[in-house]
Amino acid sequence: MSPGNPVPLSCQRCQRRPASVHFTRVVNGEKSERYLCEECAREEGAYHFMLDPQLTVHNVLGGLIGQVPESSHQGTSSQVVCPHCGYTYQRFAETGRLGCDRCYETFRPQLDPLVRRIQGAVTHHGKIPGRAGARLKVRQQVEHLRDQLHQAVDAEAFEEAAKLRDEIRRLEVSSTEE
Amino acid sequence: MTAWMKNGGPDSDIVLSSRVRLARNLAHTQFPQRLEGDQGKAVMNQIAQAVETLKPGWQLQWQPLSEVSAIDRQVLVEKHLASPALVQDPVRFEGVVIDPTETVSLMVNEEDHLRLQVFLSGLQLNEAWQLANRLDDELERVLDFSYDANFGYLTACPTNLGTGLRASVMVHLPALVLTRHVPQLFTALAQIGVVVRGLYGEGSDVAGNIFQISNQVSLGFSEEEFIHNLTVVAEQIVGRERNARYLLTQSHALELADRVGRAWGVLTHARIISSEEALRLLSDVKLGEDLGLLTVPGKASFSELALMTRSGYLMKEAGRELSPGERDELRASILQKNLLAHDEGEQ
Repeated sequence: MSPGNPVPLSCQRCQRRPASVHFTRVVNGEKSERYLCEECAREEGAYHFMLDPQLTVHNVLGGLIGQVPESSHQGTSSQVVCPHCGYTYQRFAETGRLGCDRCYETFRPQLDPLVRRIQGAVTHHGKIPGRAGARLKVRQQVEHLRDQLHQAVDAEAFEEAAKLRDEIRRLEVSSTEE
Repeated sequence: MTAWMKNGGPDSDIVLSSRVRLARNLAHTQFPQRLEGDQGKAVMNQIAQAVETLKPGWQLQWQPLSEVSAIDRQVLVEKHLASPALVQDPVRFEGVVIDPTETVSLMVNEEDHLRLQVFLSGLQLNEAWQLANRLDDELERVLDFSYDANFGYLTACPTNLGTGLRASVMVHLPALVLTRHVPQLFTALAQIGVVVRGLYGEGSDVAGNIFQISNQVSLGFSEEEFIHNLTVVAEQIVGRERNARYLLTQSHALELADRVGRAWGVLTHARIISSEEALRLLSDVKLGEDLGLLTVPGKASFSELALMTRSGYLMKEAGRELSPGERDELRASILQKNLLAHDEGEQ
């Protein structure tokens, strides 16, 4: 829309009621402006954007943690409640802190992109706790050996590959026996 | 007294201290911010009991903060044994666990249930990590920590996720500040994920040319990698500071000696002095001492003298609350005594 255009007085959609909502939409860099009455604006989804709590949550969170997570799907993340501690994603967005360790499971779809932004990674490569992590340790070892196995096969080092395969089997059997 | 504040350790003319902190939480327990009275006390007791089971060698002593006076709490912050957030009123179920040398400390019910930290003098990040890791292993035998196969150790704030590790070094960079190389250096550091803060951490001002340099992220690398990276960065900074010092002595020898001499003059003759002025002048004297421009008779290290400028420390010495004016007076006399070593019966 050229800057010279006058602002219409009546709604551009129904042409009846007075225009009270200025609705600007930018899609793939193309800007379109609409002057609508409240009812038509609601029907066209303008209010959906303005009042959806998910958006405000993400805006607040963005301000707090310096980024906005992907929000392409489901508009209900703010209503998800952690079944273990009753915390909501909205509270997290406001405080920057989670309620309990199990919030990480509850909010994982929202947290994954957030963690990636903050930390630049989503997979821990450090210490594994002795007791709780004994099984995890085996799993990580197996994954590591699998990587080596693939490399060995690629390099046609079949003797080495066979050794690695046996080692993986041994670890898997011992971890299921536990 | 605080062991790490005594001079010593590699590169301790520039690196005042190395610190390693691990954040841990008890599994299936709400994070401290959400705890109510009894739950908070239960967490406190659980950790206090775990500390009891540690090998006696650690000599860790448990102190609920509700039993610590406001002045003593402030001193804990000034010694970096507690964060300002931990000691803030109202104290509910927060606590500290500290060994007599103040090398190892635990903060209980801060942002996370447990914040374990180790302080060593000079550039000894790896040694600090080894010690923290050993204590963490021992605690893990009796406490179930929140842990996730992908995210690692789970923390109240996702910025500490993964290793829960924050490693930092406190560095004294007067020559880089004087030669105006600091902004450039810190921009470069930011690009490689290293954060620079003032002496008292987040949000604190840079005073006395002392900077705290730490890793920004805690996930995606092993603890050893984080420690190694920061050590390399610290070594680089030390090299640059040494170089800047050398260049200063070559190009501005007289001005440098003048500056150091003036600082010494004021510190040893002033009757009232603010903490900002004191720290600034102490930084000049420390630089002069490192460059062999003057000999300080007193035995106190720069870190110890910096602590002596703090209001909590002064009120602890006085044994009562002091007005800002009273503090400025006591600060001047305490610094003088420690710089001139009156304690050793000289003069």
